Amino acid sequence: MISLTIDGKKATVKKGTTILEAAKSIGIKIPTLCYDPRIVPHGTCRMCVVELEGSNKLATSCSTPAADGMVVFTETKKTTEARRTVLDLLLSNHPLDCLTCEKAGDCELQDLCYKYDVKESSFQGEKLTAEIDRTNQFYERDPNKCILCGKCVYVCAQLQCTNAIGFSQRGFRTHIAIPFEQDLDASLCVSCGNCVSACPTGALIPKRKEKFRYWETDTTRTTCSYCGVGCQMDLLTKDNKVVEIKPAMGTPNEGLLCVKGKFAYNFVNHDSRLKSPLLKKDGKFEEISWDEAYDIIVEKINDVKKNYGPDAIAGLSSARCTNEENYLMQKLMRAVIGTNNIDHCARL
Amino acid sequence: MTNSIAEVKDADVIFITGTNTTENHPVIGAMVKQAVNKGTKIIVADPREIELANYAEVYLPLKPGTNIALLNAMMNVIINEGLQDEEYIKERTENYEEMKKIVMEYTPEKAGEICEVDPEDIRKAARLYAKADKGSILYAMGITQHSTGTNNVMSVANLAMLCGNVGKESTGVNPLRGQNNVQGACDMGALPGDLPGYQKVNNPDVIEKFNKAWGVELSINPGLTIPEILNHAHEGDVKLIYIMGENPMVSDPDTAHVKESLENLDFLIVQDIFLTETAELADLVLPASTFAEKDGVFTNTERRVQRVRKAIEPIGQSKPDWIILMEVMNRLGYNKTYNSPKEIFEEIASVTPSYGGLSYERIEEEGIQWPCPTQDHPGTRFLHKDKFARGKGQFQAIDYVPSVELPDEEYPLVLTTGRILYQYHTRTMTDKTEGLTNIAPESFIEMNPALAKELKVEDGEMVRVSSRRGEILTRAKVTDTISNNVVFIPFHYAEGAANVLTNAKALDTKSKIPEFKVCAVKVDKIS
Ligand code: SF4
Ligand code: SF4
Ligand code: SF4
Repeated sequence: MISLTIDGKKATVKKGTTILEAAKSIGIKIPTLCYDPRIVPHGTCRMCVVELEGSNKLATSCSTPAADGMVVFTETKKTTEARRTVLDLLLSNHPLDCLTCEKAGDCELQDLCYKYDVKESSFQGEKLTAEIDRTNQFYERDPNKCILCGKCVYVCAQLQCTNAIGFSQRGFRTHIAIPFEQDLDASLCVSCGNCVSACPTGALIPKRKEKFRYWETDTTRTTCSYCGVGCQMDLLTKDNKVVEIKPAMGTPNEGLLCVKGKFAYNFVNHDSRLKSPLLKKDGKFEEISWDEAYDIIVEKINDVKKNYGPDAIAGLSSARCTNEENYLMQKLMRAVIGTNNIDHCARL
Repeated sequence: MTNSIAEVKDADVIFITGTNTTENHPVIGAMVKQAVNKGTKIIVADPREIELANYAEVYLPLKPGTNIALLNAMMNVIINEGLQDEEYIKERTENYEEMKKIVMEYTPEKAGEICEVDPEDIRKAARLYAKADKGSILYAMGITQHSTGTNNVMSVANLAMLCGNVGKESTGVNPLRGQNNVQGACDMGALPGDLPGYQKVNNPDVIEKFNKAWGVELSINPGLTIPEILNHAHEGDVKLIYIMGENPMVSDPDTAHVKESLENLDFLIVQDIFLTETAELADLVLPASTFAEKDGVFTNTERRVQRVRKAIEPIGQSKPDWIILMEVMNRLGYNKTYNSPKEIFEEIASVTPSYGGLSYERIEEEGIQWPCPTQDHPGTRFLHKDKFARGKGQFQAIDYVPSVELPDEEYPLVLTTGRILYQYHTRTMTDKTEGLTNIAPESFIEMNPALAKELKVEDGEMVRVSSRRGEILTRAKVTDTISNNVVFIPFHYAEGAANVLTNAKALDTKSKIPEFKVCAVKVDKIS
């Protein structure tokens, strides 16, 4: 273990911990853009620079290991200046589109510009104008809003391990692309959306059915309802509709999702949801009330029980429902109806 | 799983068989690839050259249904070359000699012939797995959905025990559960022979305990499994079925038989979120709420009990399933009421020893893996640490028996079924997302270029596929990732449905699992 001082507070951490992580461990948040704890630090954006006592040079805290006795300052005149320069440069080639940008309210670039009072760029230069790639079924890539932080490339290569995208060309023309400058739909991309979830700006945006602003949404942490991995995720909702899903960090999915967990939530608010109990009369379904439905169930169950015994009744429970519901289904069959004819599709 | 999901990343060797992990458990698939990037070696045994086969040190394209021959031969090599873990075998297992006797008959050459793989590759795979310090096995329905499913699972366990590869971190036998809460449904006793926590219906002490807890007199008649329920409905002995959130008209084998069985009922109740193919047959349909509209827990494949939280109000007049079930119980005269799923969970914890220490408070931040018997128990990351649940690990002597329905002159091809990344189960949820339907719009049949050539069928052409149960039309997908004489159809689609063809009669004698992974079919050009 080593000890260091950050903004006057003492931190004790394991050897090999970066300054950024050490700061986090005592509740100090150093601003970042390209940092992601799950990928190999690459120090691209230089937002996370800090001042070290006894050194003239600023250090990128995401890639500099903490050392014993180190004295670190995270917000100084020098760091503020450096960060403003970084933001200034990024904005020189970024549309100031925050009024209508879908990412507004959830954009790290916007938040940092606000924090450091950067309104516009002092550089007057050529701005790139590139086509938005809309070929993926679930998300769009707007290269004009890309700050080349590299997160999407590294997430795809190191976490999702699909290697669908990479850097292309150099200097001013550098951009994120798939091999041979093709569109996304021609790539190896499996639409997991893990790059989209990691992107700090509006360069990668899920295609949406609903218009919403992030500040209008509520967030609910829950468990994915598709496969048995049980990914943890946040449902963003507005007006009783699920409008977006984001992965949660931590066990078991470590911030990853797949195409179904990330993008396939449309069923929840779909028009064809069943909305009232239905009784079949002469081969056609008719809407009935819950009370009528319950009366019919009771009558039918009691009839069959009386004439044929409880074992003429069977229940199929569901691997899609909660534990509580499965528990009640088998309890209904066993304790109330009196049969062990209860199963679910574990085998299918 | 005996291990945790994250432990996959620290295994030295992972043996992957009967799971197309990157498509069906995508996030675990990504973690396997992360492991490979860090140096983990993988072995893949699968009739289809799945994505992970490209990362494999050894890939064994075995013929569907020949898993036991392969596993026995791997053990044969391990014993012959003295790679087994003698100490582990002596201290923690029994019946080794019996197993060895049978395994000795399975030389790699003999198995190579049965499985249609290169005997040298069997040797390589055996050595790689046996020499691993942390050797993990991942499997799924490719192992279980056979008439020999139970034996397949025991064979896998034999191999793991032989090498001492159970009960350590990153070292174990890891079945991947398909649906989000299969694990939880099993844990909760949605099984004919098991009350919650796998407490057996045929154990008088268990029955007495539940009689007391629930204040009733429980039946000790053994219950029926789904295939048996359908058969009894077909015979007219089962009169009423109450189906919650399942769609057997698409998911179960032999659709014609399922339909006849359900139509033969006096009354069918289906509770679901959409009017599924099965709900269409119902007399009464009850609208249920989705996961976004309710509270509760799911248990994932690593036994982690995790919260589901209500994000929106129920749509229309739909109700969460727990409310419907409670109200039905109450109307039938059982007066217990619950104000929330939390109260149901407290009852679950009180009657289910492996959930005994769990509560909503404890799993608020992060789920806990059962067994978790007491409030101060941290949960269990991996099973069988110092000893097996039943004491000593029991080796089973298992012979290879061919699948029930083998190809013949009339039906010369083996059909194997499964899932794909862009759809889910019977598509009731995924077909509502346009992007998925655009990518994976319809049923298809994968076939080898050699077979396509023989049938004079082009990629993308509609073909007729038939078995002894029925026939379907579907689109040919010509690919060299599948061996000749084997074809694959995803079972998701009601149109061009794989389960029109599959065999409901071939069941595993113990688990009653249908043999989805092997039946005989023929493919014909339409015009
Ligand atoms: S969606 Fe997934 S596969 Fe596609 S580029 Fe992004 S991370 Fe890679
Ligand atoms: S698309 Fe987003 S994540 Fe990728 S480099 Fe650009 S800003 Fe970074
Ligand atoms: S996000 Fe994908 S991998 Fe995760 S639980 Fe859902 S379906 Fe499974």
